[in-house]
Amino acid sequence: MTEPIFELKDVVVTVNQGTPEQINIMDHVNLAIYPGDFITILGSNGAGKSTLFNVIGGNIRVTSGQIRLHGRDITNMSVERRTRFLSRVFQDPKMGTAPRMTVSENLLLSMKRGQHRGLGPRRLKQSMAHFKDITSVMNNGLEDRLNTATGKLSGGQRQALSFLMATIKRPEILLLDEHTAALDPQTSQELMNATNSQITAHHLTCLMITHHLDDALKYGNRLIVLDHGKITYDIAGDEKDNLTKEELLSFFNDIEG
Amino acid sequence: MSIIVSAIGQGLEWGIVGIGLFLTFRILDFPDMTVEGTFPMGAAACVAAIYHGYPPFVATLIAFAAGMLAGLVTGLLYTKGKIPVLLSGILVMTAAYSVNFRIMNRANLSLYGKPSMLRNHFLASLPPYFDTVTLGLLFVTIVTILLIYFLQTNLGQAFIATGDNPTMARSLGISTDTMQIMGLSVSNGLIALGGALVAQNNGFADVNSGIGVIVVALASIIIGEVIFGDLTMNERLIAVTIGSILYRFVILIVLKLGFNANDLNLISAIVLALFMMFPVFEKRFRLRHTFTRGLSSHD
Repeated sequence: MTEPIFELKDVVVTVNQGTPEQINIMDHVNLAIYPGDFITILGSNGAGKSTLFNVIGGNIRVTSGQIRLHGRDITNMSVERRTRFLSRVFQDPKMGTAPRMTVSENLLLSMKRGQHRGLGPRRLKQSMAHFKDITSVMNNGLEDRLNTATGKLSGGQRQALSFLMATIKRPEILLLDEHTAALDPQTSQELMNATNSQITAHHLTCLMITHHLDDALKYGNRLIVLDHGKITYDIAGDEKDNLTKEELLSFFNDIEG
Repeated sequence: MSIIVSAIGQGLEWGIVGIGLFLTFRILDFPDMTVEGTFPMGAAACVAAIYHGYPPFVATLIAFAAGMLAGLVTGLLYTKGKIPVLLSGILVMTAAYSVNFRIMNRANLSLYGKPSMLRNHFLASLPPYFDTVTLGLLFVTIVTILLIYFLQTNLGQAFIATGDNPTMARSLGISTDTMQIMGLSVSNGLIALGGALVAQNNGFADVNSGIGVIVVALASIIIGEVIFGDLTMNERLIAVTIGSILYRFVILIVLKLGFNANDLNLISAIVLALFMMFPVFEKRFRLRHTFTRGLSSHD
């Protein structure tokens, strides 16, 4: 058995501590992520999907439990330090890019994710050919808009750029937070296809939150369901491949009921 | 004629103040009120240092360092103390008033009979007011070139990204706290540098000279933007200085109309308000359309 890249050990996040509204938004969660895992995450609103990503990313401090990277305790590591191995695409196209900077400037920023940024010249021109190559993969005209401010791009182009920025320097773990949800159905489908082919081609380890049962079934090798801050369902491999939408739906109805 | 040359000289010196504010107001998107304390602080530190026998150039650098220190305090209050940036600036601005008084031991200190950068042999040999223009041009050029270089470095790009989208910046491993502290420090250092130059030009430092500085500096930025429209980051930095010189011309005209120096803050505020409302006027009266029609040849 291979060693997990990343582990959550009995993680609890409590909010409103010491008040009548005290609640565990992350309730004794154990999760081991293995190299090459493409995990789709389902759960109703407030189930703890975003909390899970914020715990992994370091945006939320855990109340108790441990977070490990390659077996090493990183529970108290800062958000900035975690970007050395982790990247993230947000749901809102506005969140992942700098609007007044150009597409190529944004890509250049992301090439130095988690690295020291010093007083050396940025060397934008030397990277333009590389940027042209990787943007043309997205098939949405991004390669012709490298010198456009990202604020002037369409939502689909902006999200495609966010995805490229998250993967241009291969992360050990990629977090996709409903990154196609704000787009129209067709654009959303195109980005989802591009996402899947990139993840497969580069063997990225990825966690993807989605609201689409179809996407959750179609993509990835593993599926987890969150409810009230707990992982209530975690299947992988053949078992996931054989799962039908009806079974998944009935499972959801159990939760709701 | 000499009055126009004098206005250009002042415009260049105040251009440095405008560029300083540009770093926080435009790039970081911060309303930083510290500047009303750091401008007189630069003046006070420079004049006091000259009184203590430091060469004027060294005294000017001391002023820059004093401004950076004040900006650093604002940055720490905001990032580490979690005080909103507007209030952090107001706190440091208020505290600076007392500090400036301490630096000079009085409210007003004259440079009469003391050396200043304007009293070196070369500058003194120039026609009247050209000394200020030369010195102002020298400093504003150095500051602009250094900033243009800085903004094209990896660190500079991280700084711009922090102002543009802090969430994204953090997700790329940029320490936004560090960037904001750095921006506030350098910005206030430049504003104090401007204060030091203006003090040497005026021949005195005054603890009350900070009032209205933010409006004057903002006017330089906005005038440059309204006149030149869409520009690259590098061009925008240069536009601030040009805006600053044009602002001096506006003031010159207003003073010619019979207003006096005590009306200046009112006039500054009106000038800034008018330029900031320009986009509204433009829409309502189709100004740009009228301009271009007036300027194009008739068929």
